[in-house]
Amino acid sequence: MDFGLSADQLLFQQTLRRFLAEQCPMTRVRAIMETETAHDLALWQGLCGLGVPGLIVPAEHGGGGLELLDLALAAEELGYACTPGPFLGHALATICVIEGASEEQRGHWLPTMAEGTSIGTVAWGEAGSQWNPEHWATFYEGGTLSGEKLFVPFANVADVLLVGARNAEGSVRLYRVEREAPGITITPLAVVDMTRKVQHVRFERTPATPLEGPPSGLQRAIDAGCILVAADAFGGSRRCLEMAVSYAKTREQFGQVIGAFQAVKHQLANMACELEPALSLWWYAAHAYDHIRDQCERHAAMVKAHLTDLYDRMTRDATELHGGIGFTWEFDLHLWFRRAIFDRGFLGDAHYHRERAARLAGW
Amino acid sequence: MDLRFRPEYEAFRQEVRAFLTQHWTDEDRASAPPVNPRGMSLGTAIRNDERATRFRLAAIERGYLYRHVPRRYGGSEQPFDPLKLAIIQDEFRKAEAPGELIGQGPSMLVPTLLEHGTEEQKQRFIRDTLLGKIQWCQGYSEPGAGSDLASLRTRADLDGDFFVVNGHKIWTSNADTADWMFALVRTDPDKPKHEGISYLLIDMKSPGITVRPLRQMTGEADFNEVFLDNVRVPVTNLVGKRGQGWTVSRSTLKHERNLIGSALLSERVLDGVRFLAQALELRGRPAIQDPVLRARLVELETKVLASRYHGYRLLTLQARGEDPGIAGLVTKLYGTTLGYDVARLAMDVLSDRGLLAPGETTAPAMGMFLTAYMWSLGILIAGGTANIQRNVIAERGLGLPRDPRAQRDTGQNPKEG
Ligand SMILES: Cc1cc2nc3c(=O)[nH]c(=O)nc-3n(C[C@H](O)[C@H](O)[C@H](O)COP(=O)(O)OP(=O)(O)OC[C@H]3O[C@@H](n4cnc5c(N)ncnc54)[C@H](O)[C@@H]3O)c2cc1C
Repeated sequence: MDFGLSADQLLFQQTLRRFLAEQCPMTRVRAIMETETAHDLALWQGLCGLGVPGLIVPAEHGGGGLELLDLALAAEELGYACTPGPFLGHALATICVIEGASEEQRGHWLPTMAEGTSIGTVAWGEAGSQWNPEHWATFYEGGTLSGEKLFVPFANVADVLLVGARNAEGSVRLYRVEREAPGITITPLAVVDMTRKVQHVRFERTPATPLEGPPSGLQRAIDAGCILVAADAFGGSRRCLEMAVSYAKTREQFGQVIGAFQAVKHQLANMACELEPALSLWWYAAHAYDHIRDQCERHAAMVKAHLTDLYDRMTRDATELHGGIGFTWEFDLHLWFRRAIFDRGFLGDAHYHRERAARLAGW
Repeated sequence: MDLRFRPEYEAFRQEVRAFLTQHWTDEDRASAPPVNPRGMSLGTAIRNDERATRFRLAAIERGYLYRHVPRRYGGSEQPFDPLKLAIIQDEFRKAEAPGELIGQGPSMLVPTLLEHGTEEQKQRFIRDTLLGKIQWCQGYSEPGAGSDLASLRTRADLDGDFFVVNGHKIWTSNADTADWMFALVRTDPDKPKHEGISYLLIDMKSPGITVRPLRQMTGEADFNEVFLDNVRVPVTNLVGKRGQGWTVSRSTLKHERNLIGSALLSERVLDGVRFLAQALELRGRPAIQDPVLRARLVELETKVLASRYHGYRLLTLQARGEDPGIAGLVTKLYGTTLGYDVARLAMDVLSDRGLLAPGETTAPAMGMFLTAYMWSLGILIAGGTANIQRNVIAERGLGLPRDPRAQRDTGQNPKEG
């Protein structure tokens, strides 16, 4: 009975951190994000070697059989390291299948997703900032999907898309679409966060397979998404604070390190003060996903809103504390600033999730 | 991580509920106002009448309160279990039942005695303090020694088996009603600032003590000036060794930070704000339907939860014997800033009705939210101001350079913190 990470989890986190520091330092991050896809096969295979894509996939389907918290710890590290690539969309697609597919479908699809040879993504958001499934217009009829989905991560890299769409009865369900299927148009976009590129995807009578498991699978995947984004935001925030602290200890002005100025100390102290309790918050939400299910949806909404707002403030303060160098392209801080913008917008903004939390409480 | 509400925990919850139904009846609940209007006030926060004491004794017997305190000193000595703790706090709060007393005695002195007290001191004070039978005040601050506490000048000179204490304490909460004071006094004026201080327990009925109440911005008078004039204190009332008062007080201050930063205070006020927002109309609809207020309510609830789970994390680190590091240092600043934000939200929900003073019978909740609002400023200051907390977080938590002046003044070893 405790509220902390296990020895295995700590070890996994260290291993992943070391791997990313060695295999994907900032020079590599920049090289990868400058490519058209921002997806690097060698890096992805390295992550696959560590079992990252399949962490949460049940063991009988070739995965690690672990929990959302373990996956969120990976998300935290990738956020910390600013890692480019399709992790997030893939993780969510995997969860769609785990939670929303039939046993037979899971047996078919999960093993390649677990080993990362089949990359997935999710196509959820629609025009007008609609991340609420109740308002999705994309529809499924006669075995095909039609409609437009916005901000689909790594759509041009993914092998399969897990799409949320309305069926003939008017209920929103998950559908699996192969990227090579006919009737798909992917529109590339110039995006702020170059480490996690998104595209718009249009479906015109595109052949799709309905997921035949519980209808709750979609909401489960959305909850997981909120928590993984929160963990990413935390990892990035922590990195920004570390960078700002270490800069404050070395940069000298007025004959002393700037970290000796009380204004600077207090700004950093405020950042740390906001950051520390936020860790426990997403830990709890991630834990609730597997173990306290009735609290999960509302917690997921709250952590998405809270951590992404926090990420915004942390990147802002860290940039300010670096002075002119912090405003340059060459200095890496803006890459986290950009990731914060992704985390805030993707899956819906903070206000939307707070309103959801209010409604879930019955207010 | 393992917080599973396994069947045994559900069973535990049912057990707590059954206990509460049996031991804290509607009649008990109705016998005093359910929410203390001075809910934010330190030391007076929680109901402490005969009914409450009877209930607390039963709750300790059952292992629900003071779980970290050994039975021989009046606690319930239970294994560390944050989930059970959470269930207890949750159920007690819902039932509006008396919980653990908070305040200088139970929350600050008791842990200090457990760590540094003699067996005799533990036997003599802990049990009665936990039940509120002995009330304590904290005699640290002086007119010239606030943030820079180590510059305190109240003297204690040894005279046989007694210390003779002379000096002037200020901002001493509840000194007018307290039975005892734990105080920092200077026993060795010639030693460096931090080494000449001792930690003394002083009977407030001793001859030579004069207490003069000070009125706060709230209009009430909870804190006081205390004048000590040749007050004789037996040497057996020294906690820790002579000259070690600074170290001993460290452990008190740590507990004060946790006490003031505890999520419980904000949780209780937030419950009140939510209730208020559902009950009060604001421009033709329940205030809770105002989109801005809703969003703020969720945002603050999120922070209150963060604060609660942060508490679980700290308890876990403690149980594992790991140093919480910076995580332990942010509690007070986080909790008090949050306390202010929560109370301020109440004022916004009240809108113009916030103009009504406490005690005005037509005011929502009898105006208690104003008191909470003002007290939220008091606790930003008490127990080390927000800026002092920031200094501590930056220097001890983040390893930033210490203020050279403070360092020179205090003669502290930078590493020792
Ligand atoms: C409601 C309440 C209850 C209290 N109860 C008790 C009690 O029971 N027992 C007790 O002993 N004391 C008590 N106090 C006193 C409290 O501990 C002191 O008020 C507090 O430590 C600040 O000291 P001061 O008032 O002398 O302010 P000062 O130390 O003079 O501070 C004034 C301002 O200067 C700032 N400041 C000072 N030094 C620094 C620095 N190095 N860096 C940055 N800013 C600085 C402070 O943050 C503050 O904003 C209580 C106070 C209040 C408000």
